[in-house]
Amino acid sequence: MPGTFEPLPGGGAAVALDDVEISIIRSLAVQLLELIGPGPAEDAPDDPLAELFSEGPSEPPADPVLRRLFPDAYGDPEGTPGPQRAEEERAHSAEFRRYTENDLRAGKRDNALAVIRSLDALAPEGEGGAVLKLSPEEAQRWLGALNDLRLAIGSRLDISDEDDTDLLYRLPDDDPRKPMVMAYLWLGGLQETLISTLLP
Amino acid sequence: MGLVTSPAPLEIERTESAEEVFAVPEPDVPWVTIVHNDPVNLMSYVTYVFQTYFGYSKDKATKLMLDVHHKGRAVVSSGTREEMERDVQAMHGYGLWATLQQDRK
Repeated sequence: MPGTFEPLPGGGAAVALDDVEISIIRSLAVQLLELIGPGPAEDAPDDPLAELFSEGPSEPPADPVLRRLFPDAYGDPEGTPGPQRAEEERAHSAEFRRYTENDLRAGKRDNALAVIRSLDALAPEGEGGAVLKLSPEEAQRWLGALNDLRLAIGSRLDISDEDDTDLLYRLPDDDPRKPMVMAYLWLGGLQETLISTLLP
Repeated sequence: MGLVTSPAPLEIERTESAEEVFAVPEPDVPWVTIVHNDPVNLMSYVTYVFQTYFGYSKDKATKLMLDVHHKGRAVVSSGTREEMERDVQAMHGYGLWATLQQDRK
Protein backbone atom coordinates (compact mmCIF):
# COMPACT_ATOMS: atom_id res chain seq x y z
CA MET A 1 0.00 0.00 0.00
CA PRO A 2 1.31 3.50 -0.75
CA GLY A 3 2.44 5.50 2.27
CA THR A 4 2.57 2.38 4.42
CA PHE A 5 5.73 0.67 5.62
CA GLU A 6 5.67 -3.12 5.40
CA PRO A 7 8.13 -5.42 7.16
CA LEU A 8 10.76 -7.08 4.98
CA PRO A 9 11.57 -10.75 5.45
CA GLY A 10 14.80 -10.95 7.45
CA GLY A 11 14.41 -7.46 8.97
CA GLY A 12 14.03 -3.92 7.71
CA ALA A 13 11.05 -2.29 6.09
CA ALA A 14 9.83 -1.15 2.68
CA VAL A 15 7.48 1.54 1.44
CA ALA A 16 6.32 2.60 -2.01
CA LEU A 17 6.75 6.35 -2.57
CA ASP A 18 5.83 8.48 -5.54
CA ASP A 19 8.01 11.32 -6.83
CA VAL A 20 6.11 14.02 -4.97
CA GLU A 21 6.34 12.15 -1.68
CA ILE A 22 10.05 11.56 -2.18
CA SER A 23 10.67 15.24 -2.85
CA ILE A 24 8.58 16.33 0.15
CA ILE A 25 10.46 14.09 2.59
CA ARG A 26 13.79 15.07 1.06
CA SER A 27 13.05 18.76 1.22
CA LEU A 28 11.87 18.56 4.84
CA ALA A 29 14.97 16.56 5.81
CA VAL A 30 17.21 19.17 4.17
CA GLN A 31 15.41 21.95 6.06
CA LEU A 32 15.86 20.05 9.31
CA LEU A 33 19.58 19.63 8.56
CA GLU A 34 19.94 23.34 7.91
CA LEU A 35 18.13 24.15 11.13
CA ILE A 36 20.24 21.81 13.25
CA GLY A 37 23.33 23.32 11.68
CA PRO A 38 26.81 22.11 10.89
CA GLY A 39 28.76 20.07 13.36
CA PRO A 40 31.82 21.48 15.11
CA ALA A 41 33.99 19.23 12.94
CA GLU A 42 32.88 21.10 9.86
CA ASP A 43 34.18 24.34 11.31
CA ALA A 44 37.65 22.89 11.78
CA PRO A 45 37.99 19.91 9.45
CA ASP A 46 41.76 19.65 9.88
CA ASP A 47 41.76 19.38 13.61
CA PRO A 48 40.02 16.31 15.03
CA LEU A 49 41.00 17.39 18.53
CA ALA A 50 38.99 20.57 18.16
CA GLU A 51 35.83 18.52 17.95
CA LEU A 52 36.86 16.35 20.87
CA PHE A 53 37.37 19.30 23.15
CA SER A 54 34.72 21.62 21.88
CA GLU A 55 31.92 22.34 24.26
CA GLY A 56 28.31 22.73 23.35
CA PRO A 57 26.24 25.84 24.06
CA SER A 58 25.02 26.60 27.54
CA GLU A 59 21.97 28.65 26.60
CA PRO A 60 18.75 27.15 25.24
CA PRO A 61 18.33 27.73 21.48
CA ALA A 62 16.31 30.77 20.45
CA ASP A 63 14.36 28.90 17.76
CA PRO A 64 11.26 27.17 19.19
CA VAL A 65 11.83 24.05 17.06
CA LEU A 66 15.38 23.68 18.35
CA ARG A 67 14.19 24.36 21.89
CA ARG A 68 11.79 21.45 21.50
CA LEU A 69 14.48 19.17 20.03
CA PHE A 70 16.99 20.15 22.74
CA PRO A 71 14.95 20.93 25.86
CA ASP A 72 16.28 21.83 29.30
CA ALA A 73 17.22 18.72 31.28
CA TYR A 74 16.50 20.26 34.69
CA GLY A 75 13.39 22.00 35.95
CA ASP A 76 9.77 21.03 36.42
CA PRO A 77 7.74 22.43 33.48
CA GLU A 78 4.71 22.77 35.75
CA GLY A 79 6.59 23.84 38.84
CA THR A 80 7.11 27.34 40.19
CA PRO A 81 10.51 27.13 41.87
CA GLY A 82 11.79 29.90 44.09
CA PRO A 83 14.55 32.15 42.69
CA GLN A 84 17.26 30.07 44.37
CA ARG A 85 15.98 26.78 42.96
CA ALA A 86 15.30 28.27 39.52
CA GLU A 87 18.87 29.56 39.33
CA GLU A 88 20.21 26.15 40.38
CA GLU A 89 18.13 24.40 37.70
CA ARG A 90 19.22 26.90 35.07
CA ALA A 91 22.88 26.31 35.93
CA HIS A 92 22.46 22.52 35.83
CA SER A 93 20.63 22.69 32.50
CA ALA A 94 23.39 24.89 31.08
CA GLU A 95 26.07 22.42 32.15
CA PHE A 96 24.10 19.48 30.75
CA ARG A 97 23.76 21.35 27.45
CA ARG A 98 27.50 22.01 27.23
CA TYR A 99 28.25 18.31 27.47
CA THR A 100 25.38 16.80 25.50
CA GLU A 101 23.99 19.16 22.89
CA ASN A 102 26.77 18.66 20.33
CA ASP A 103 26.29 14.89 20.47
CA LEU A 104 22.53 15.21 20.29
CA ARG A 105 22.77 17.50 17.29
CA ALA A 106 25.19 15.09 15.60
CA GLY A 107 22.80 12.17 16.14
CA LYS A 108 19.84 14.02 14.68
CA ARG A 109 21.94 15.27 11.79
CA ASP A 110 23.10 11.72 11.02
CA ASN A 111 19.50 10.50 10.98
CA ALA A 112 18.38 13.25 8.59
CA LEU A 113 21.42 12.60 6.37
CA ALA A 114 20.62 8.89 6.27
CA VAL A 115 17.11 9.73 5.06
CA ILE A 116 18.45 11.98 2.28
CA ARG A 117 21.03 9.39 1.20
CA SER A 118 18.55 6.55 1.00
CA LEU A 119 16.16 8.70 -1.05
CA ASP A 120 18.97 9.78 -3.40
CA ALA A 121 19.95 6.13 -3.90
CA LEU A 122 16.44 5.17 -5.07
CA ALA A 123 16.22 3.71 -8.54
CA PRO A 124 13.19 5.03 -10.42
CA GLU A 125 10.61 2.35 -10.93
CA GLY A 126 7.59 2.37 -13.22
CA GLU A 127 5.69 5.64 -13.43
CA GLY A 128 7.44 8.22 -11.30
CA GLY A 129 7.81 6.30 -8.10
CA ALA A 130 10.04 3.84 -6.30
CA VAL A 131 10.04 1.27 -3.55
CA LEU A 132 12.26 2.35 -0.68
CA LYS A 133 13.84 -0.61 1.10
CA LEU A 134 15.47 0.03 4.48
CA SER A 135 17.87 -2.18 6.40
CA PRO A 136 17.10 -2.54 10.13
CA GLU A 137 19.75 0.08 10.87
CA GLU A 138 18.38 2.49 8.27
CA ALA A 139 14.87 1.89 9.62
CA GLN A 140 16.04 3.11 13.06
CA ARG A 141 17.48 6.27 11.53
CA TRP A 142 14.31 6.88 9.56
CA LEU A 143 12.23 6.41 12.68
CA GLY A 144 14.28 9.04 14.53
CA ALA A 145 14.23 11.45 11.59
CA LEU A 146 10.48 11.08 11.00
CA ASN A 147 9.91 11.85 14.67
CA ASP A 148 12.19 14.91 14.57
CA LEU A 149 10.42 16.15 11.43
CA ARG A 150 7.03 15.80 13.12
CA LEU A 151 8.33 17.57 16.24
CA ALA A 152 9.66 20.38 14.04
CA ILE A 153 6.44 20.77 12.05
CA GLY A 154 4.33 20.40 15.20
CA SER A 155 6.33 23.19 16.78
CA ARG A 156 5.98 25.44 13.70
CA LEU A 157 2.23 24.74 13.65
CA ASP A 158 2.16 25.64 17.34
CA ILE A 159 0.67 22.32 18.43
CA SER A 160 0.93 22.44 22.19
CA ASP A 161 -1.91 20.24 23.34
CA GLU A 162 -4.19 17.50 22.09
CA ASP A 163 -6.98 19.96 21.21
CA ASP A 164 -4.63 21.64 18.72
CA THR A 165 -4.18 18.30 16.94
CA ASP A 166 -7.95 17.85 16.71
CA LEU A 167 -8.29 21.33 15.21
CA LEU A 168 -5.80 20.47 12.47
CA TYR A 169 -8.17 17.88 11.06
CA ARG A 170 -10.85 20.53 10.63
CA LEU A 171 -8.78 23.25 8.95
CA PRO A 172 -10.52 24.75 5.90
CA ASP A 173 -8.84 23.98 2.58
CA ASP A 174 -7.77 27.59 2.02
CA ASP A 175 -5.93 27.83 5.34
CA PRO A 176 -2.25 28.63 4.67
CA ARG A 177 -1.25 25.94 7.17
CA LYS A 178 -3.11 23.23 5.27
CA PRO A 179 -0.16 21.85 3.21
CA MET A 180 2.03 21.65 6.32
CA VAL A 181 -0.78 19.95 8.21
CA MET A 182 -1.22 17.39 5.44
CA ALA A 183 2.51 16.65 5.53
CA TYR A 184 2.41 16.38 9.33
CA LEU A 185 -0.44 13.87 9.31
CA TRP A 186 1.04 11.89 6.42
CA LEU A 187 4.44 11.64 8.18
CA GLY A 188 2.58 10.43 11.27
CA GLY A 189 1.09 7.58 9.22
CA LEU A 190 4.52 6.70 7.83
CA GLN A 191 6.03 6.71 11.31
CA GLU A 192 3.18 4.68 12.79
CA THR A 193 3.52 1.93 10.18
CA LEU A 194 7.32 1.96 10.45
CA ILE A 195 7.02 1.35 14.20
CA SER A 196 4.67 -1.58 13.61
CA THR A 197 7.32 -3.23 11.41
CA LEU A 198 9.93 -2.85 14.19
CA LEU A 199 7.89 -4.19 17.09
CA PRO A 200 7.71 -7.96 17.33
CA MET B 1 9.75 19.14 75.82
CA GLY B 2 10.84 22.40 77.37
CA LEU B 3 12.85 20.54 80.00
CA VAL B 4 15.05 18.86 77.49
CA THR B 5 18.20 20.83 76.80
CA SER B 6 19.37 20.71 73.25
CA PRO B 7 22.43 18.47 72.77
CA ALA B 8 22.95 19.69 69.23
CA PRO B 9 24.41 23.19 69.03
CA LEU B 10 24.97 22.65 65.30
CA GLU B 11 21.24 22.70 64.76
CA ILE B 12 21.03 26.12 66.39
CA GLU B 13 23.66 27.58 64.13
CA ARG B 14 21.90 26.41 60.99
CA THR B 15 20.13 29.63 60.23
CA GLU B 16 17.74 29.99 57.34
CA SER B 17 20.21 31.68 55.01
CA ALA B 18 23.05 29.23 55.72
CA GLU B 19 20.72 26.38 54.87
CA GLU B 20 19.79 27.97 51.59
CA VAL B 21 23.36 28.59 50.53
CA PHE B 22 24.51 25.11 51.42
CA ALA B 23 21.42 23.25 50.26
CA VAL B 24 23.44 20.28 49.05
CA PRO B 25 21.10 17.45 48.04
CA GLU B 26 21.36 14.36 50.18
CA PRO B 27 23.51 11.88 48.28
CA ASP B 28 21.39 8.85 49.17
CA VAL B 29 18.20 10.30 47.74
CA PRO B 30 17.79 8.77 44.29
CA TRP B 31 17.33 10.78 41.14
CA VAL B 32 14.57 10.10 38.66
CA THR B 33 14.03 10.59 34.95
CA ILE B 34 10.62 12.04 34.14
CA VAL B 35 9.05 11.94 30.69
CA HIS B 36 6.49 14.68 30.00
CA ASN B 37 3.46 14.52 27.78
CA ASP B 38 3.48 16.23 24.42
CA PRO B 39 0.83 16.07 21.71
CA VAL B 40 3.20 15.28 18.85
CA ASN B 41 4.91 12.06 19.87
CA LEU B 42 2.86 9.01 18.88
CA MET B 43 1.73 6.72 21.67
CA SER B 44 3.18 3.75 19.80
CA TYR B 45 6.51 5.56 19.46
CA VAL B 46 6.74 6.40 23.17
CA THR B 47 5.97 2.77 24.03
CA TYR B 48 8.56 1.64 21.48
CA VAL B 49 11.24 3.88 23.03
CA PHE B 50 10.51 2.61 26.55
CA GLN B 51 10.79 -0.98 25.30
CA THR B 52 13.95 -0.53 23.23
CA TYR B 53 15.95 1.85 25.42
CA PHE B 54 15.00 0.63 28.89
CA GLY B 55 14.29 -2.96 27.87
CA TYR B 56 10.88 -2.80 29.58
CA SER B 57 8.22 -5.38 28.78
CA LYS B 58 5.45 -4.33 26.44
CA ASP B 59 3.03 -4.20 29.39
CA LYS B 60 5.28 -2.00 31.52
CA ALA B 61 6.18 0.27 28.60
CA THR B 62 2.50 0.66 27.70
CA LYS B 63 1.54 1.46 31.29
CA LEU B 64 4.24 4.15 31.53
CA MET B 65 3.20 5.60 28.17
CA LEU B 66 -0.43 5.79 29.36
CA ASP B 67 0.71 7.50 32.58
CA VAL B 68 2.55 10.10 30.49
CA HIS B 69 -0.50 10.54 28.29
CA HIS B 70 -3.16 10.76 31.01
CA LYS B 71 -1.25 12.18 33.99
CA GLY B 72 1.05 14.39 31.94
CA ARG B 73 4.22 12.73 33.18
CA ALA B 74 5.74 9.51 34.43
CA VAL B 75 8.89 8.49 36.25
CA VAL B 76 10.56 6.11 33.82
CA SER B 77 13.82 5.33 35.62
CA SER B 78 15.71 6.04 38.83
CA GLY B 79 19.31 5.86 39.96
CA THR B 80 22.32 8.10 40.40
CA ARG B 81 22.39 11.58 38.96
CA GLU B 82 24.92 10.50 36.31
CA GLU B 83 22.73 7.58 35.26
CA MET B 84 19.69 9.83 35.00
CA GLU B 85 21.60 12.36 32.90
CA ARG B 86 22.42 9.52 30.51
CA ASP B 87 18.76 8.51 30.36
CA VAL B 88 17.59 12.08 29.81
CA GLN B 89 20.14 12.55 27.03
CA ALA B 90 18.93 9.31 25.41
CA MET B 91 15.29 10.45 25.69
CA HIS B 92 16.17 13.77 24.04
CA GLY B 93 17.94 11.79 21.32
CA TYR B 94 14.67 9.96 20.67
CA GLY B 95 12.77 13.25 20.73
CA LEU B 96 10.96 12.61 24.00
CA TRP B 97 10.65 15.50 26.42
CA ALA B 98 12.44 14.43 29.60
CA THR B 99 13.92 16.01 32.71
CA LEU B 100 15.71 14.68 35.76
CA GLN B 101 15.28 15.64 39.38
CA GLN B 102 15.96 14.34 42.83
CA ASP B 103 13.12 12.18 44.07
CA ARG B 104 11.73 14.54 46.74
CA LYS B 105 8.43 13.09 47.82
